Amino acid sequence: MTATHDPTIPPPRRLKPWNAVERGLAKVGISGRMLVLIAPALWLLIFFLVPLAVVFGISLATKQFGRPPYSALLSTEDGTVQLTLHLSNYIRLFTDNLYVAAYLSSIRIAAISTIITLLVGYPMAYAIARASDRWRNILLMLVILPFFTSFLLRVYALTGFMRGNGVINQFLGLFGIEPLVMMQTDFAVYVGIVYTYLPFMILPLYTTLVKLDVSLFEASADLGGRPLRTFLSITLPLSLPGIIAGSMLVFIPAIGEFVIPSLLGGPETLMIGRVLWDEFFTAANWPRAAAVAVAMLVVVVVPIMLMQRAQSAVVEK
Amino acid sequence: MFRRGWFLPIAAALGFSFLYAPIVSLVIFSFNESRLVTVWSGFSTKWYGELFRDPQMLGAAWLSLQIAALSASIALVLGTLAAVALVRFRRFRGRTLFSGMVSAPLVMPDVITGLALLLLFVAMESFIGWPRGRGMLTIVIAHSTFCMAYVCVVVQSRLSDFDRSLEEAAMDLGASPVRTFFDITLPIIAPALVSGWLLGFTLSLDDLVIASFVSGPGSSTLPMVIFSKVRLGVSPDVNALATIIIGIVATGVLIATIIQLRSKPKKARA
Repeated sequence: MTATHDPTIPPPRRLKPWNAVERGLAKVGISGRMLVLIAPALWLLIFFLVPLAVVFGISLATKQFGRPPYSALLSTEDGTVQLTLHLSNYIRLFTDNLYVAAYLSSIRIAAISTIITLLVGYPMAYAIARASDRWRNILLMLVILPFFTSFLLRVYALTGFMRGNGVINQFLGLFGIEPLVMMQTDFAVYVGIVYTYLPFMILPLYTTLVKLDVSLFEASADLGGRPLRTFLSITLPLSLPGIIAGSMLVFIPAIGEFVIPSLLGGPETLMIGRVLWDEFFTAANWPRAAAVAVAMLVVVVVPIMLMQRAQSAVVEK
Repeated sequence: MFRRGWFLPIAAALGFSFLYAPIVSLVIFSFNESRLVTVWSGFSTKWYGELFRDPQMLGAAWLSLQIAALSASIALVLGTLAAVALVRFRRFRGRTLFSGMVSAPLVMPDVITGLALLLLFVAMESFIGWPRGRGMLTIVIAHSTFCMAYVCVVVQSRLSDFDRSLEEAAMDLGASPVRTFFDITLPIIAPALVSGWLLGFTLSLDDLVIASFVSGPGSSTLPMVIFSKVRLGVSPDVNALATIIIGIVATGVLIATIIQLRSKPKKARA
């Protein structure tokens, strides 16, 4: 077993384009580390952070006819630079009942839907986590599949399901039950949010539940803990990070939801995403839309920070 | 009650029927003869034919596919770089800001992202003359930005649980960091790259709100066309389109799951 290598055969030559690239970059004084960081950082700075600043700036302008359809913040007059800021959009936001009502109802709808999604998703995630290996993969695939299917088309599928002569009402009709009015109500919006965001809730819940140590349940059962008691005092607290992460993934995008209220909700279903859309596309009032966006950001940023803090507290425990 | 009871199986079965019943009924009614989408009047594939004769739909689909492929590719490169930076560089200046910027697009409401990018493009056009007008280019930029957040999450999780000693061994044997990345790291994280790209592709293909803000005249994407049709009521050709998309996605997810199950070593159950 000594002659495993034949010294006459050289090792295979491989192309190494990166060596040349690396040498070239080193010559200019750029380290690989910096290069890795700089591209995504610059991209996000220009196309994520700066746009938010622009939104804030334009929210302080007023609507104007022309291109662009808002007043300039900076203007030069007789050689002096003038900064003109308008607070009228924000004043309107707080004094016009439409906006206040839309914010409150968005938060209410998002919160109620998040709770329902949690109640529906938790047992599903738990069942997947406790299923046998074979079943677990199949069930996980079944959760991921709708996640990859078009969001818009799933909302559309719901309209065919809940409309006046839709599948549910035809089914109820078989039993002589009068058709229910489900479409264009807040109820339809709740169903829509739960339906489309369910995978976002199940996946993080599953991730925490599958990691739980089964011996904890056995210990609790051995000590005489009833299943419900075991669940409440062991499973639930240990799965809190998953609950928070899942709820955050549902609640925050649901607040700004536009497609669901406009396809499933009625004209009286007020949601802030829809108000922003109408302000921009129908009223063509860009500064007002920007002010609505800034106020929505404030509403959204607070739960993000609160939940992230709660989550890190849970992890540290 | 929870481990061997009846509650969990029933709850899961109900949950899954809730997830699938509307999709199944949509698929069934795409083969319906009648224009009334909810009254069954015989099997027909005429709505599929109608779909393929609709130039507006076909044009929008082609545009959407191009945008999705481009955005997913840009997002793949940027998201992977961001993931490498976050996992491998423990400490650097602005790390908190960087990780915040990477993950914020995940939860940012679409209407805000769309409006913000549109206002940026308009402001940039009036200051530096670029991008001239809005259309495919601006949609690609917008989609790359939010898709890169998803790519980053997927790649990050793969990067953080693989065995670093492989990289260290390569470097000990004299490989440069860049060579180590291409020879060792890249093949190991390849599955994450594939799923990241696919995720970006489907997210881009799916987006209505952001594209509506940043698109220009003559560049309507597929979701925008679907939305304008669906807004007016149910239309059977949208059912046909949905069935095709669901079919493609289901096949893709099925193949991916089978490959993943095959490639997983037997002992991998932790």
